Amino acid sequence: MKISKEKFGQSFDALTAEYQVVAPVSEAGAVNFKAAKSFSEVKQDYLNSKLPPKSLLFPQHEKLLSYVKDGKDITVKNELKVGKTVLFGIRPCDAKAMLLLDKVFKNDQYRDPYYFDRRDNTVIVGLACNKIAPTCFCSSMGISPACSEGSDLLLIDLGDSYNVEVITEKGKDLLAGLGELAELSAEEQAIVDTVKSAQTTSKVDVSTITAKLDKMFDNSYWDTLHEKCLGCNACSFSCPTCHCFDISEEVTKNEGSRVRTWDACMAPLFTLHGSGHNPRDKKKTRWRQRMMHKFNYFVHNNGDIACVGCGRCIKGCPVNMDIRQAIDGVNKAEVVVD
Amino acid sequence: MNSIIDDIRAAARQLLADGKVDVVIGYEKGSLPLKSTPCFLRSPQDADKLIWDETCENNLATYAATTAGKKAIIAKGCDSRALMVLLQENQLVRDDLYIIGVSCPGVIDKNKIEAETGEIIEATITDGKVSVKGILCDKEYNFTDVKDAYCQTCRYPNPVLVDLKIGGTVEAPQSDFSDVLALENNSAEERKAYFKEQMSKCIRCYACRNACPMCYCQECFVDCNAPKWLTGGVDTAENLLFQTGRALHLAGRCVECGACSRACPQGVDIRALSRKVNKDVKEMYNHESGISEDIKPALNVYSADDPEEFLVKE
Repeated sequence: MKISKEKFGQSFDALTAEYQVVAPVSEAGAVNFKAAKSFSEVKQDYLNSKLPPKSLLFPQHEKLLSYVKDGKDITVKNELKVGKTVLFGIRPCDAKAMLLLDKVFKNDQYRDPYYFDRRDNTVIVGLACNKIAPTCFCSSMGISPACSEGSDLLLIDLGDSYNVEVITEKGKDLLAGLGELAELSAEEQAIVDTVKSAQTTSKVDVSTITAKLDKMFDNSYWDTLHEKCLGCNACSFSCPTCHCFDISEEVTKNEGSRVRTWDACMAPLFTLHGSGHNPRDKKKTRWRQRMMHKFNYFVHNNGDIACVGCGRCIKGCPVNMDIRQAIDGVNKAEVVVD
Repeated sequence: MNSIIDDIRAAARQLLADGKVDVVIGYEKGSLPLKSTPCFLRSPQDADKLIWDETCENNLATYAATTAGKKAIIAKGCDSRALMVLLQENQLVRDDLYIIGVSCPGVIDKNKIEAETGEIIEATITDGKVSVKGILCDKEYNFTDVKDAYCQTCRYPNPVLVDLKIGGTVEAPQSDFSDVLALENNSAEERKAYFKEQMSKCIRCYACRNACPMCYCQECFVDCNAPKWLTGGVDTAENLLFQTGRALHLAGRCVECGACSRACPQGVDIRALSRKVNKDVKEMYNHESGISEDIKPALNVYSADDPEEFLVKE
């Protein structure tokens, strides 16, 4: 079934009265997810956003609570503010990444209210990829350019209209207010079939990587992999699944706040202890951690690889560290069996 | 530039075979079109991996102090200037360093191309022409039109400090600080608006700082938490404090290699700040960093004859 873009645009604009509608918007030379007031602001023909939409649920710098001290009285204020949000137009890789982040922020012992109160109030409208970038490799990571995992509704761009697929109840409820649906023409069905069967041209083999890494903690592969890495956070901050953070106090004289800030395993400060000891004091051990966390520890803990093949880390790296080559290197590494 | 590559490879091969160096730091073909990647060679057989072309954009001096042993480094003009400043600041041991100098006609600004063609699928560079097949469109460029902004105003494309010079020399482009003047001539409001937009893009990943050969502080002021100069906030004001703080720390030290701007995944115009500081240093101290072993860094010298009034004299 399809909905015309004209009708969809009107509904989009109407939605902004009830929801914060976040969509791909072109700003300062890049497309990123920002609150949009009108469908006319939405960038339609974008490959993928420069930065992943994860900051919507997990902001780079977030006040968890704030406090004011007056003599012996301390007033604490909860800073969590949540409104209903529609996240429009995210790509299947980023929608899948949300499912991975869910596993981080909720388990059988803890539910992170900051992440999940937003998450539960967010409807995700995914938009399949009609164009695939040469650095995309989602097809190797168990998804595809039209994968519906993580989306509540999945759209496929047909030119003047969108093919609409309902994935969840949340999506069904949202769709009910969007407007009338029509049948696809034969040509439109052909577009849908093409997009749905598309695969990325770039591929990696992760079929045995988790088991291989089980035996590679002391492998000599790590001795050289890291050498050209500058140790910046460009890869982690542009990754839709990287989720490590730091919690600190930002305090002035009588008031302060507790903040959560993105952190990244590539920075030496990430693991620096108060004592001065640093258990991961070398780039070598930090790169091993990056690979192990994404392709081994996360799989053991959560059942999935923590990479969705969006390719942002490849494009953003100043020295062309390419995760596809790093994966390939693991596959080719010799494992010495005792 | 490609006839030069045979000589670079031969030199690297010989240095490693003779045991004169433990490692050669150079460039090899990257995984993306128009992108090279730094490489560390330890065996003479690997010398054929080396490449030399307009994509060799990283400043390899960044790796000099952190790479153990005796090292040979392929150095463009700016890279050699960086090595010279590092030597002047006692960050490197001269005897551990072998500089293979190569004159540089400039490197490609890939971002400028991708702004038009979209992500590049394939590209070739032949006879000063860059042919690009992009995801949005195909286009052919004159190299001079897509040369990095730093290279367009580079006054030292020829290495200033070498142990071995390979290839001929390159004529330095005529350049002044007209780019800085243009920005200075804008009104305060226009400049504020410009920097506000630029700083709004910064995600504080510190790729600029880490790519910079001069940013080697063991503890950068942004990472210091006692006192805490900056929060982890990524708002425009904090980002500007970081970027201007960094630019000022580089006063009299920046070699204008452009590694910071090219490293930036967000396309922040870091160059606008560093060029302004470099212009001021040139005007106030008549100093350009890393161009001669005899000239000490501008802010590292003391002279009793200093004409400034603040200098206390008997």
